[in-house]
Amino acid sequence: MSFYATPSGMTRRHFMRHLAGSAALVGPAMALTNSFAQQAGDLKRRGKSAILLWMGGGPATIDIWDLKPGAATGGEFKPVSTDISGTQISEHMPETAKIMKHLSIVRSMSTREADHNRGRYYMHTGYVPNPNIEHPSYGSVLAHELIAQRQNTLEIPPFVAVGGGSVGPGFLGMAWAPFVVGSNGEVRNLQMGIDQTRLEQRMATLKLIEGNFIKENRGLAATEHAKILGKTEALMTSKQMEAFKVNKEPKEVLERYGNSGFARGCLMARRLVETGVPFVEVDLGGWDTHNGNFNALRTKLPELDKAMSALVTDLVERGLYDDTAIIWMGEFGRTPRINGGAGRDHWARSWSVVVGGAGFARGAVVGKTNSDGTDVDSEPYSAEDLMASVCHSVGISLETTFTSRNGRPMKIANGGKVIKELFT
Amino acid sequence: MTLRLTIRRRIRFTCRALALAALGLFATSMVAIRWAPNAWAADDKPRAASQAEAGSVPAAPSRRSGPASSDYGIPQVAFINEQIRAGWAAHNLTPSKEATEGEWCRRVYLDVIGRIPSVGELDAYLKDRSPNKKLTLVNRLLSDEYQEEYTRNWTAIWTNILIGRNGGMEENTLTNRDGMQKYLRDSIARNKTYDKMVHELIGATGDTAPGAAHFNGATNFLAGKLEEEGAQATAKTAQIFLGLQIQCTQCHNHPFNDWKQNRYWELNAFFRQTRALRSFVPGTDDIRAVRLINEDFAGQGNPPNPEEAEIYYELRNGLVKVAYPVFVDGSEISKSGYLEDSIRRTKLADLVVQSEYMPKVMANRMWGHFLGYGFTKPVDDLGPHNAPSHPELLDYLGKEFAKNSFDVKTLIRWIVLSEPYSLSSRGVAGNKADDPLLGEKPQFTHFYLRQMRAEELYQSLLVATAAQKAVGSYEQREKEMREWMRQFVIAFGNDEGEETTTFNGTIPQALMMMNGDLIQKAVNCEPGSFLHTVAANDNLAAGAKINYLFLAALSRGPTSSELGVANKLFTARGNDTAAALQDIWWAVLNSNQFILNH
Repeated sequence: MSFYATPSGMTRRHFMRHLAGSAALVGPAMALTNSFAQQAGDLKRRGKSAILLWMGGGPATIDIWDLKPGAATGGEFKPVSTDISGTQISEHMPETAKIMKHLSIVRSMSTREADHNRGRYYMHTGYVPNPNIEHPSYGSVLAHELIAQRQNTLEIPPFVAVGGGSVGPGFLGMAWAPFVVGSNGEVRNLQMGIDQTRLEQRMATLKLIEGNFIKENRGLAATEHAKILGKTEALMTSKQMEAFKVNKEPKEVLERYGNSGFARGCLMARRLVETGVPFVEVDLGGWDTHNGNFNALRTKLPELDKAMSALVTDLVERGLYDDTAIIWMGEFGRTPRINGGAGRDHWARSWSVVVGGAGFARGAVVGKTNSDGTDVDSEPYSAEDLMASVCHSVGISLETTFTSRNGRPMKIANGGKVIKELFT
Repeated sequence: MTLRLTIRRRIRFTCRALALAALGLFATSMVAIRWAPNAWAADDKPRAASQAEAGSVPAAPSRRSGPASSDYGIPQVAFINEQIRAGWAAHNLTPSKEATEGEWCRRVYLDVIGRIPSVGELDAYLKDRSPNKKLTLVNRLLSDEYQEEYTRNWTAIWTNILIGRNGGMEENTLTNRDGMQKYLRDSIARNKTYDKMVHELIGATGDTAPGAAHFNGATNFLAGKLEEEGAQATAKTAQIFLGLQIQCTQCHNHPFNDWKQNRYWELNAFFRQTRALRSFVPGTDDIRAVRLINEDFAGQGNPPNPEEAEIYYELRNGLVKVAYPVFVDGSEISKSGYLEDSIRRTKLADLVVQSEYMPKVMANRMWGHFLGYGFTKPVDDLGPHNAPSHPELLDYLGKEFAKNSFDVKTLIRWIVLSEPYSLSSRGVAGNKADDPLLGEKPQFTHFYLRQMRAEELYQSLLVATAAQKAVGSYEQREKEMREWMRQFVIAFGNDEGEETTTFNGTIPQALMMMNGDLIQKAVNCEPGSFLHTVAANDNLAAGAKINYLFLAALSRGPTSSELGVANKLFTARGNDTAAALQDIWWAVLNSNQFILNH
């Protein structure tokens, strides 16, 4: 029997249940979408947004969100209580523990891609890699769907990736590619150093040459290049570029988020969302803890804890939270079994993600794993289900269908079903 | 034999067989682009390129195609043409016309030596009236005349294949990028045959760093890949030289083909005599060099048994199995771990270079380099689940490459002289369906556009601005380029050193082209600069100067509409020739036509 035919954590019967569940949810999903549509009038300029906190390398969620004290797989950390009654998380996440009522944990993620590249692709797109087609990632999809709410007021890219590491726009095209910036928000090569009239004259000359080549039927790369030129020009003169200047924040705000690249990224995400950017991804790498997992987490978690809790609190205080979804995830979790180097290896069968804001329930704890964390003991959820839920939380219809370039219809979130416990 | 043992081994899931490039050029975008309204954009009526004045300015390339497609009496070229044409017939496709001479000249310079032709080089090609002018040019590019640039181009390409764009640049890395490049430069400059190079890379022992006592730059391919029991060494050797993506089978049987887990570990067993010993800069923790050595391997048994040095691996159900070195085609070697019985890596190198896989994946890689797509995607996955577009041709090219002593330049000659390489990138009605971006297998009815690599852009700008004669040693210039390249590399936060690039047609790249240092330098008009030389040449009328800039960047003259808008720039700049030329040069260098190999 091959690995592929009998995926761990998902039997055939299980799979059928997934199918049944998704049909049943179409009704409520649409109803909720309608209620969002009614609110749309109030959100004219800014619109809904989402922030993805991407934990590159695959975090050991068993040591963060779903501890197993007393089990052989339990590891070195103690659980602490949160402000959700009866729910505990890692002792190294004390600040987040105080604001868990704004967030929800899904402890029953069960996926099958435990390789970095494949997991990153799958969790970002809802599709497993396929050599013949490239699927758009979260940021591209949400930017594409939410841009209309901005009514042409956004002059900077609708999908910003702080620190890199994201997945591209796939068949949606380079116009929806992530705009990658470092955590200091510095955008290189922004100024040409000539006056505006001359710049416009240069651009007009360029566009003529550019257009001639396109008219010669040279293919997609030629037309995509022209689109990027237009966007780049708009960005070069936009006042909205201020949003990237994260170091202009008052000292006490900077300190509240913490003094790391990830902290700056989270703060920049808040500034970008305030400016109207629909999707920001902030990368925090270094979770690939094959060796010395616990020592690594002792320094990693405080950094995460401070910035993540500050971000949520800040969004709440500024009245942005109800319009901004937060997603915390990596490409997979890590093995319950602790290896000989006190590390944990790649593990996709049973792990956790955290969401919050926008239309998500607050303080929900969805699903559970078994006593040693090696399996999901409740309904398992996939990348598709999570993506469907995120789309739903910002009012994007799950009936949305894209058409890939070869005419193939592609359902948004690969037809995943909404995780209903996140919307009660 | 199945044992239940506890062994300290990491379970890694590394199915990167189908790892996707993070960013692609697929699109059905709906963003409206705001072309800045302007009163002075001329009507666009492309027509034949304006003819330049006689004398110092070369004739603009004609829009006519070059000599009709020929096989130059080379049977391999004839076979390629025949097979590709058969594909067109079977799929009912019409090929595009031949590329113009200027286009062909530009692409062959880019693809063979990694930069566009200078105006002088272009002119020499256009003036050649002999029917074998293509062959003549290819032979020149492959001759000693261009040895330095050919070597630099292929050194850059192979460095990226063997150790990645970021290899040797991370903190505490075991890989020495300079050492890797020195080895490749020496090998490529001497046109070392491919089998010899592969053998040396797989079997290398010695020090990684130039200047170290036992320097052997070839060691850098494996030096940084031996951790975790040589997982990366096993996977990369199979992928790069055999076209076999076996990473997944480290932990489980392959999901898409009949690869079994044992084959991964049997291949892995070849690397178990290998160790990387570090030496440090005195008084610091900085690695000075790594010495790659072979040593006796006792096996993982308890008690150890070097006579039959076995290794263990774990099935997904927890059962532990044993493996000995067996090559992917089933060839077994001695089970002994003693070097005096068997140097496993040398044996592996022998088996790789004798295998049918090695020349085949190289032929596919080279075809992909020149035509934009290989017969499979990716070029280094020839597994049974990934059927090639032209299986017979791929087989043939692999065998012919082997028969012709694995001579890389011969293989290049066959490909660039073939009919598909000669075609225009302009699509026609009869080949719309032939678009690999649609997920179709390529039929090579037209030349597929692709963006220059960052290295190609860098070198092309040096040539286009005649700056390659600038001061500095080879090493110094290489260092400058490497520094410049760094801005585009993004490393992912994991243990496998995976990376991507922002030199991919997105906004950061556009900003760099519009405003970056390199372009600022290119449009600089100080005395002694390229633009100043053109501007100050009293023998050239304004039109000829414009023509010269178009030729230098695009290997063609301006169309009438382009000439019109350029003339308006002269007026706008108050007839400050230098300033107007700066604007034109900037626009030409920023165009799709410049950055895209077409």
